[in-house]
Amino acid sequence: MAAPLSPPRLLPSGDSAITVEFSRNIDDAANRRVLALDRALAAQPITGVTEAVPTYRSLLVHYDPLQIGFDDLGEKLLALAQRPLPETTAARRWRIPVIYGGEHGIDLEDVAKTLNTTPDDIVARHTAGHYRVAMIGFTPGWSYLSGLADFLHLPRRQNPRLLTPAGTISIGGVQTGVQCLAGPSGWHLLGRTAVRTYQLHRDPIFLLEPGDQITFAAVDAETFADQDRAAEAGEFVAELLTP
Amino acid sequence: MSKLVIASIGPASSVQDAGRPGAQRYGLVPSGAMDRLALATANTLVGNEPFAACVEIGPFGATFTARGGAVRIALAGASRNADIAGRPVAPDTSATLADGETLTLGFARSGSFSYLAIEGSIAGEPMFGSLAVNARAGLGSPYPRPLQAGDELETKAASGAPERRIELPATSEAPIRAVWGPQDDEFSDDTKKLFVDSEWKISATSDRMGYRLEGPALTHLHGHNIVSDGTVNGSLQVPGNGQPIVLMPDRGTSGGYPKIATVISADLGRFAQTPAGRPFRFQAVSMAEAQAAARKFAELLHSLPDRLRSIESVDLNLDALHDANVAGYAVSAIDAGTWQAEITGPD
Repeated sequence: MAAPLSPPRLLPSGDSAITVEFSRNIDDAANRRVLALDRALAAQPITGVTEAVPTYRSLLVHYDPLQIGFDDLGEKLLALAQRPLPETTAARRWRIPVIYGGEHGIDLEDVAKTLNTTPDDIVARHTAGHYRVAMIGFTPGWSYLSGLADFLHLPRRQNPRLLTPAGTISIGGVQTGVQCLAGPSGWHLLGRTAVRTYQLHRDPIFLLEPGDQITFAAVDAETFADQDRAAEAGEFVAELLTP
Repeated sequence: MSKLVIASIGPASSVQDAGRPGAQRYGLVPSGAMDRLALATANTLVGNEPFAACVEIGPFGATFTARGGAVRIALAGASRNADIAGRPVAPDTSATLADGETLTLGFARSGSFSYLAIEGSIAGEPMFGSLAVNARAGLGSPYPRPLQAGDELETKAASGAPERRIELPATSEAPIRAVWGPQDDEFSDDTKKLFVDSEWKISATSDRMGYRLEGPALTHLHGHNIVSDGTVNGSLQVPGNGQPIVLMPDRGTSGGYPKIATVISADLGRFAQTPAGRPFRFQAVSMAEAQAAARKFAELLHSLPDRLRSIESVDLNLDALHDANVAGYAVSAIDAGTWQAEITGPD
């Protein structure tokens, strides 16, 4: 029989939210428990809970204090968090096309130099990875993926860029990311995807869910241009492999 | 269809309502009004749903002209000089612009944000049930960006209902209440004492994403980087320079600085209206006190329709006008353009 799961810490985030913290660090086991609690809460809603926001290490649970108090909700969340983890094989698996290097991934050459290898080798290592959406945050659709190979772990840039392109695929620290909207970033830009993880007037508006599994596939400039037009017209472009 | 045409408007002005909660798990922040009590007050005065979309007007002036028919409005929140074609408009009172007349609003005298409600609300296409502007996400209707001169807000023709005023309790001058956490254990007891014992000021480089505070530096026990976790309106995060930033309705959904405390929901609007540069304090309260305050605030919101009064005499109007014109603090210079450089990207 498995050892009992250690209880998470319940941290008050004002009078209308509780942070259920499983770890202080980026920790794959903690993230699995975050996502499991998120699913458990979706499957068995607690009256008064208004939304849940998974992050690497904690689940932020927003609630209406007129409907449920801190202590009562905390007790219910602790009970849910003690449940055995479900199988993760049911997660959706996506393949996301990426054009690497050149104008689309302006840091690819520098990353290769820093790691004493070739740009092709970086691409090969990045596309060989099996990643999981650990959280989505910062701006709409910005998906933080766990599972980056140790070889590709790099400190973030000293000087963050104020503007990086929509669809940027980048690496930062122990993570890789799929960025949807143009915006600031201190990560290393490896390439771009035509996939819109957030697109208004498309069903669904948000393509990825926390817990989804991701692989990347390199595409050439012509394919990227075709996919970009298709994505703009509302196609997913990302391939859904399972289920 | 009647409409209000914006002849001039300052920065930090946008259409806002109760926002769009529910998609923070996808990185979409709810946005919504900085001061929900003022939003509900303005709407109640013209018979709208309490959290219908209003024009949230920043500290600077603005002018609106009615076209295509009469338009009934009400103004709540930050007090400022207001007139329609030279007729004074008191705060927390409804008024009607005849076709072609212009509503002129001065600078905010006290507070930062006013709410202009329009009878029949603002015509637009809701996304996730809200017209609230979130410029970074391309959301908001009728314009997915702050308002500009030339913009037009379509609405229903004025009903001709009698004008009303609303009686609100006096605005509290008490300290802004906060509960400790979620990361107060990243700070020593001395630092926590410094936080509640000190005077703070809101920096002019604040906006709808966050209010930067100026005061003594709060030092961290273990450095200023934590692994990102979720944020709420009112999160008091402390970056490396020790000067807290209070996260506001356009915040990022996650953040990587320790959060020493969280402003309670009942005081968020009052905090949002605190003018830049004016000294204020925080008071730490228990969770029980914070949740009791939330219930009391909800009761106040529910009581708004019962607080409506008819306007029977000119004297009442003059009193209200006098209150509005009592010299307040200097205009707060909340500058929507200064915040962006502070954002360094995803954590």
